[in-house]
Amino acid sequence: MSIYLGKNAKVICQGITGSAGLFHAKACREYGTKMVGGVTPGKGGSEVEGFKVFDTVQDSVKKTGANTTMIFVPALFAGDAILEAADAGIELIVCITEGIPANDMAKVNLNLKRYPKTRLIGPNCPGIITPGVAKVGIMPGYIHKPGKIGIVSRSGTLTYEAVWQVTRLGLGQSTCIGIGGDPIVGTTHLDTLEAYNKDKDTQAVIMIGEIGGTAEEEAAQYVKKYMKKPVAAFIAGMTAPPGKRMGHAGAIVSGGKGTAKEKIAALEAAGIVVAQSPGEIGNALVEALKGKKGKSKPKSKKKK
Amino acid sequence: MKLHEYQAKEIFAKYGMPVTAGFVVKHLSDVDEALKMFPQGPWMVKAQIHAGGRGKAGGVKFTKSEMELRQKASDILGMTLVSPQTGPQGKLVKKVFITPAVDYAKELYVSVVLDRARRCPVILASAEGGTEIEELAVHKPEAIQKVYVDPIQGLHPYQARQLHLNLGLPADKINQGSKIFQDLVKIFMDLDLSLIEVNPLVVLKDGNIHCLDAKLAFDDNGLPRHKEYISWRDPDEEDPRELQAAESGLSYISLDGNIGCLVNGAGLAMATADAIQHFGGTPANFLDVGGSASQKAVAQAFKIILSDDRVKAILVNIFGGIAKCDLIAQGIIDAAKEVGLNLPLVVRLEGTNVEKGKELLAKSDLKYSFAPSMDEAAKAVVAGAKEVRS
Repeated sequence: MSIYLGKNAKVICQGITGSAGLFHAKACREYGTKMVGGVTPGKGGSEVEGFKVFDTVQDSVKKTGANTTMIFVPALFAGDAILEAADAGIELIVCITEGIPANDMAKVNLNLKRYPKTRLIGPNCPGIITPGVAKVGIMPGYIHKPGKIGIVSRSGTLTYEAVWQVTRLGLGQSTCIGIGGDPIVGTTHLDTLEAYNKDKDTQAVIMIGEIGGTAEEEAAQYVKKYMKKPVAAFIAGMTAPPGKRMGHAGAIVSGGKGTAKEKIAALEAAGIVVAQSPGEIGNALVEALKGKKGKSKPKSKKKK
Repeated sequence: MKLHEYQAKEIFAKYGMPVTAGFVVKHLSDVDEALKMFPQGPWMVKAQIHAGGRGKAGGVKFTKSEMELRQKASDILGMTLVSPQTGPQGKLVKKVFITPAVDYAKELYVSVVLDRARRCPVILASAEGGTEIEELAVHKPEAIQKVYVDPIQGLHPYQARQLHLNLGLPADKINQGSKIFQDLVKIFMDLDLSLIEVNPLVVLKDGNIHCLDAKLAFDDNGLPRHKEYISWRDPDEEDPRELQAAESGLSYISLDGNIGCLVNGAGLAMATADAIQHFGGTPANFLDVGGSASQKAVAQAFKIILSDDRVKAILVNIFGGIAKCDLIAQGIIDAAKEVGLNLPLVVRLEGTNVEKGKELLAKSDLKYSFAPSMDEAAKAVVAGAKEVRS
């Protein structure tokens, strides 16, 4: 019924004694996620709001059997927190922290190759949710509904928008993943497409991309060659001027590369239904499910 | 954060990179000071702005006599330079760099940036320097060499030597050239940069290799680690509204249109601007109040949008997750009252506490129209902006 996050997840929160960490650890627990504790160096042995606190990830793994972590550690120390989790044998690392220097992530990424069983989602992401089963992240749980649509996006609130449109259509989601808005992220669009393709309970996928980089183009190549399920997409940043960083560190058109136009063309060439406006993501999905390919039919004509 | 050439050269000098010293002139009267330091011509007069393509735009001049030097400095100071990197509105020159001219035999290009797909830094280098790398990338991509860098160990010496030879640099200067490439990577990693560029890197008449220009940009996420450079920011080079927004923890980018946008989340903010354009309008800005927007941040965002007198209508698009719709609604009501809002306002709220938020708005005496979806909101605000215009 899901990818990456299922009912066997035992979750800790790194940075649990910070206000954001604690708030979201509680929200995840309320949603039904099996939260088994948290980590804050120097506060091991204490308890906060019913969460056991450990000094190290290793200690928490030993005593609780945790296999998943949600990281809220401040940006300049988050790279270290990711590696600590990997070294302790954590299989799914969800890093919510925003503002990690790109060079730190380059180093972390190289180090993570030593832990082939570990998957990193993020950083700078809303996290992952398998509706009705578990949520490891900061998304509002109630907008989701268990179902068969996979949703992957670089953004937070734009993912909620897509989820909401799908829920209002009466459909639900298998697993929704925000992969993060940074230039270097642990899990890419391509990774998730491969996983959705194999997941027997995912029927179709919505992929939301944005300007910058070439990850969407790589995903399009995969869809063209291997994807057995319908895919709908939207690319944010049509209006972004070159050289300006649009909020996300990764969302920048540089040297004429990574424009929305290029990406949309690549997606359409791969048979993906691309929504022309963010309000039409749900419609694009419906058309993809009907087996249509290429441009979504806009409800209203574009005025020039 | 970008630095000027003269600032970047100061950092290069600290690392022992071969650069020519110079003097920064803000007023014509400072030229005397520059002449005291560098009495011997010829000189180069170089506009200091945060954009490339200065030479072609007329911002870099060679001068032989003192009189000519004063004339060129006077010409360039106060000039508005327009290059492919400045945008059509150009950039006003407030500083020039005066530096002894260097005679060279060959120009090359070298830079270090992050390669997202490979998840590591990459050196881009070309034996065809002096021109814009973007142009070269389009017309002659095979002339650009790429060397992928180990982010932990840095550029390996063998990679540096191979690059030196591949670029056709003099074989007897292989140690000098390799050191320059390794140092560029070292500066990139040490200072958490997003770009370091030398264009041109030159071979002097005597065969030595020299950095004629220097360009450098910090990764803003790494800046807190390098506090000593924060004061090097040149506020003249930044949009005042973008700076003000950054101080309040908002992310604001000025665009060319007339519809002000206030959104939570970067992806949704980009998508909102796109929706406006899709329905025939033009966004005046990108503004992300953050995924966890507070009442105060919303009020500040409103003020920044309204300080732009091109704005003819405003769209608020909030998908409450962590941010609660009722708090945001209260922020809108307070801010509108405080600044005396009299432009068409379209509000679209969804998510956490949306009913409470709607109720607050309905009870207030704020004039606004409520849109049930993102597309409806975009259509309504585009219509609103058109009404004001006619």
